[in-house]
Amino acid sequence: MLEIRNLHARVEEKPILRGIDLKVSAGEVHAIMGPNGSGKSKLAGVLAGRGDYEVTAGEVLYKGLNLLDLDPEERAREGLFLAFQYPVEIPGVNNSYFLKAALNAVRKHRGQPELDAMEFLTLVREKAKLLDIDSAMLNRSVNEGFSGGEKKRNEIFQMAVLEPTLCVLDETDSGLDIDALKVVAQGVNALRSPERAVVVVTHYQRLLNYIVPDFVHVLSEGRILKSGGKELALELEEKGYGWIEADGAAAHA
Amino acid sequence: MVVATAQDLYLSRFAQSMVRRGGSEPAWLAAIRRAALDRFAELGFPTTRDEEWRFTNVGPIADTPFAEAADAPGVTRGDLAPFLVKQLACSALVFVNGRYVPQLSTTLALPRGTQLTSLASVLASDPGLVDPYFTRCAPCEKQAFTALNTAFAEDGAFIYVPARAVVPDPVHVIYFTTTATPVVTHPRTIVVVGDNSQLKLIETYAGVAGHHYLTNAVTEVVGGEHSVVEHVRVQRESFAAYHVSNTQIHLERSATFAQQNVVLGGAIVRNDVGAVLGAEGIECTLNGLYLGHGRRLIDNHTAIDHAKPHCASHEIYKGMLDGHARGVFNGKIFVRQDAQKTDAKQTNQVLLLSDEATINTKPQLEIFADDVKCTHGATVGQLDEESLFYLRARGIGREQARAILVHAFAGDIISRVTIEPLRAALEHALLAQLPQEARG
Repeated sequence: MLEIRNLHARVEEKPILRGIDLKVSAGEVHAIMGPNGSGKSKLAGVLAGRGDYEVTAGEVLYKGLNLLDLDPEERAREGLFLAFQYPVEIPGVNNSYFLKAALNAVRKHRGQPELDAMEFLTLVREKAKLLDIDSAMLNRSVNEGFSGGEKKRNEIFQMAVLEPTLCVLDETDSGLDIDALKVVAQGVNALRSPERAVVVVTHYQRLLNYIVPDFVHVLSEGRILKSGGKELALELEEKGYGWIEADGAAAHA
Repeated sequence: MVVATAQDLYLSRFAQSMVRRGGSEPAWLAAIRRAALDRFAELGFPTTRDEEWRFTNVGPIADTPFAEAADAPGVTRGDLAPFLVKQLACSALVFVNGRYVPQLSTTLALPRGTQLTSLASVLASDPGLVDPYFTRCAPCEKQAFTALNTAFAEDGAFIYVPARAVVPDPVHVIYFTTTATPVVTHPRTIVVVGDNSQLKLIETYAGVAGHHYLTNAVTEVVGGEHSVVEHVRVQRESFAAYHVSNTQIHLERSATFAQQNVVLGGAIVRNDVGAVLGAEGIECTLNGLYLGHGRRLIDNHTAIDHAKPHCASHEIYKGMLDGHARGVFNGKIFVRQDAQKTDAKQTNQVLLLSDEATINTKPQLEIFADDVKCTHGATVGQLDEESLFYLRARGIGREQARAILVHAFAGDIISRVTIEPLRAALEHALLAQLPQEARG
């Protein structure tokens, strides 16, 4: 589904990704871990099409498309979803209106008819229940005045409504207490399917107790230093990132 | 040979207008008019050397020999339709080219003692009713345009709500101009809302697209003790028209006044809005929304005078400027020494949608009391890139995402209008006027 080949990127003059290779197939869950500043969130941003990141080398194939040629909205319509690390507050834009516009844009692209108000409401209510979202939240401005946990739940809620094929979660666990973490994980797990892939970017291993990955990759200074199965996450939890970075430094020396 | 200036034109026209009215006007009014004309002659039209007009060059207004507006008997309800509010039951006072047109006006049931009429007719029938209020709120010592209006104003809405009366339906005053040649009107609106009374007032200024004229309007509002007044000012002049206005509000103890000032039209626009909070417990809201495109100039000057303790004022002005449009905002708040426990908040936000659009914004707080809460903030910016990216990352196209954000910015002011059908009409007018690319 997703194939990243030798991806290099920079922001202004500063390199942020320095040769990433990663292959994600349908049905898989990949965790990308790494210390702060390692480039995990930057990778998520490049995949979603963030404008201030400049790709300097490499390519990204997504469902056979050259992902880097697409605008952010085209990527979203093709089924790529980024759950933001810092969801944006947009005063004056109703959450439910926003979601309906997004869903209908995606449906239109898929050749499906747009949902009318009633159909939309039914769908949204069902998904809201899944993520323990209060219906009052739907009528507030997008993320405005939401707590950290509400914002993260709102991201996964949007994901549940839009039903993407590639879900990229950027530190969705940060700032969540254990109960909220479980709710979010449950929402993500409900979306897991053989046709769908999930990339979980996280700093801590805890979320991976609930969203169990098939593969774990450790990023440092814009490169993948080590890849392994879910046990790698536990090893990291125990030993910290230091040992891999030391290994990596030796390997690159 | 000396070329007569527009200023001379007004001076010579004045004598004719006094002769034309003959002795039909009360002596007090004739005296006020003479004094106003003298004041106008002394002041002359403002120039950019005047601090209050620094960014607003009214040269094109001063240099145009506007004729007096002529009656336009052919105007029908159909011509007014774009500016009427659909689905709204309201009394309507319609003025065409400055003159009251009873056939186009309607009056719904009113509380006993309420007057909803034209200034000209009340001056003819009962001038004593006007005497206490004409120039009470808007004196002309400092403002040439107000002096000019005072010298020439012959008609406008006169609304008098006695004490303890609630006007059930909104009152819509419409000033409509249609003309083949450049003309000027000087509408004068007087609104008096008695103690414990309530009124919802819509004041619309409109004209035929492309028509070139000057509206020089003055509105005086007195809100009595415990009165509640909602005032929506809708300016939808032609894009070739000039609009200068002065709205002055005087509020008495525990009065509540809320204004939404929506500026959609005009080539050169200058609005002065002033409120005097002359007793305790007053709550005054002055909000505004202005849209500029092309080479239009929109200048809003507001002044809120906290003269007494325990009053609150809220002010949000939002502007959206595209093309080469220019905006000016000056918001004065005075807190007098006596005005302890004042709570004043002012916000000015401007969205610049092009690289060529400009804004000059200046909050001006003068505080002489020491136990007060006063805040002000001004932001000028483009559409937030992070918000745009967020919307696009959910599949919403760039243009639609822009439209959503622009609409959210402007909709904030319109959502504060409590008259529902008017809110819908303003939404509609706003959408029609959003920059092409932002329309979605």
